[in-house]
Amino acid sequence: MNDYQSSLSNTESRKFETFSYLPTMTDEQTRQQIQYIVDKGWNPSIEHTEPEHASDSYWYMWKLPMFGETDVEAIMQELDNCHTAHPDNHVRLLGLDNFAQCAGTSMVIYRGQTV
Amino acid sequence: MAKVYDAGVKDYRETYWMPDYTPKETDILACFKVTPQDGVPREEVAAAVAAESSTGTWTTVWTDLLTDLDHYKGRCYAIEDVPGDDTCFYAFIAYPIDLFEEGSVVNIMTSLVGNVFGFKALRALRLEDIRFPIAYVMTCNGPPQGIQLERDILNKYGRPLLGCTIKPKLGLSAKNYGRACYEGLRGGLDFTKDDENVNSQPFMRWRARFDFVMEAIHKAEAETGERKGHYLNVTAATSDEMMKRAEYAKEIGAPIIMHDYITGGWSANTQLAKWCQDNGMLLHIHRAMHAVLDRNPHHGIHFRVLTKILRLSGGDHLHSGTVVGKLEGDREATLGWIDIMRDSFIKEDRSRGIFFDQDWGAMPGVMPVASGGIHVWHMPALVNIFGDDSCLQFGGGTLGHPWGNAAGAAANRVAVEACVEARNMGRELEKEGKDILQSAAKHSPELAIAMETWKEIKFEFDTVDKIDAAHK
Repeated sequence: MNDYQSSLSNTESRKFETFSYLPTMTDEQTRQQIQYIVDKGWNPSIEHTEPEHASDSYWYMWKLPMFGETDVEAIMQELDNCHTAHPDNHVRLLGLDNFAQCAGTSMVIYRGQTV
Repeated sequence: MAKVYDAGVKDYRETYWMPDYTPKETDILACFKVTPQDGVPREEVAAAVAAESSTGTWTTVWTDLLTDLDHYKGRCYAIEDVPGDDTCFYAFIAYPIDLFEEGSVVNIMTSLVGNVFGFKALRALRLEDIRFPIAYVMTCNGPPQGIQLERDILNKYGRPLLGCTIKPKLGLSAKNYGRACYEGLRGGLDFTKDDENVNSQPFMRWRARFDFVMEAIHKAEAETGERKGHYLNVTAATSDEMMKRAEYAKEIGAPIIMHDYITGGWSANTQLAKWCQDNGMLLHIHRAMHAVLDRNPHHGIHFRVLTKILRLSGGDHLHSGTVVGKLEGDREATLGWIDIMRDSFIKEDRSRGIFFDQDWGAMPGVMPVASGGIHVWHMPALVNIFGDDSCLQFGGGTLGHPWGNAAGAAANRVAVEACVEARNMGRELEKEGKDILQSAAKHSPELAIAMETWKEIKFEFDTVDKIDAAHK
């Protein structure tokens, strides 16, 4: 029998919603998830936050949502740009569904210094 | 020309059988499956159903002439064979909208499934479907928050939500119960759930349960950094008591409460749903007693009707069956009522048992909840059948994990995320499910043990209530 490793004092216990219980995605896997967002017709959007404010609804938008952007490499590049500008912050990618008026998906791509 | 009073008994069909009638946009339409007594003509018994579920009684009365019965009466406008079953037929009945009080599923159902179900000329009667015109839908309050707002409140996107009903169903103390919740939530669940028969019994009064469960939620949220909830069941003996419990749930910051809409009653449910909307509370709906009404193919109320009633009365989650678990549910029929819960417009589709177009306009959708005898091996099929806008609930499939609830929760969370990831990559879940789960288990010992524990468990019984089709 294994002990379940999770505690307030262990920052490894902090999770980030969708896909955070899986191993960190490779660049290739990230590309496939971006392709899914594009294929759904959703607008890619990048947000970031200081780790101590990760549970807020509003993170900082990195520029405006990328309305109409369907180039996977361009979206990968913007994720990298955001991460480079804010290396200690969490960075997430959303697919905004304007018909549902709700994010169709959201996933943290870069994890900062978790608290 | 004015009518003359003529006392006595007339055939129902003289008044209520109108095969040339074209239903109006505003009519409420119903499809009944009618099994008549031997020797009673179809038109007569169908007209009797129309009469007895609307204005009629068994004899002519003089007061009929004080009103415009031709306006108010329900009318049977079509009769159809039931495919594969010559003991019964479908009767289609149109009711004028002003026969019913606005915003009251209670009033509509009191007519449509009232005395008529005990009518002697019928051997059996089943309400298969109702078309609620948009004009009537607009008078109902509907789901308190809806699927999109629930996602925004809980910060959950792009995947089904994950829950667990706490077991044993009855007998735990409040503190032990809170422990079971805490363990599940810290392991990666979004929700834990009161069992439907947990109300406020001597072994665990409601208030102690609410307090301990709330502490469990707070600690699990701090530990995981994710938003969590527990469906606090406020179903009670009186609606005053129900409201008292709901108010306390709000006071302690609970995000979601729960109600049993059939045993608790539609009047209480509609009241609670409106309160939830006014107080920013999500509402989970359980459906105890539904199978009493909906399982017999010849008598009762089909679940797709009960689904529509709930969407009008109000609720953010509704149990839908799982297709794959331990409880009854034909796949195509289930897909039909899942659409009825979530979509804005549902087309008539006899292959899914849907008899009418249904337009919900802007009324929010209800999230279907799959619960009952499901475990991690079912995950690929569940994600495929239900999609993202659903809540998958594993009770025994979480708590029965050899290492406990937290490990059981983590196993299910890893599995659901692996399935979603694979689906997004274009993989076919029901075909490649085993491979997807086995790959994910390489990184999750909790999932590997869960897969080992439940690998042989299946529930392969034939469905009792199937879609009507020519089986013969």
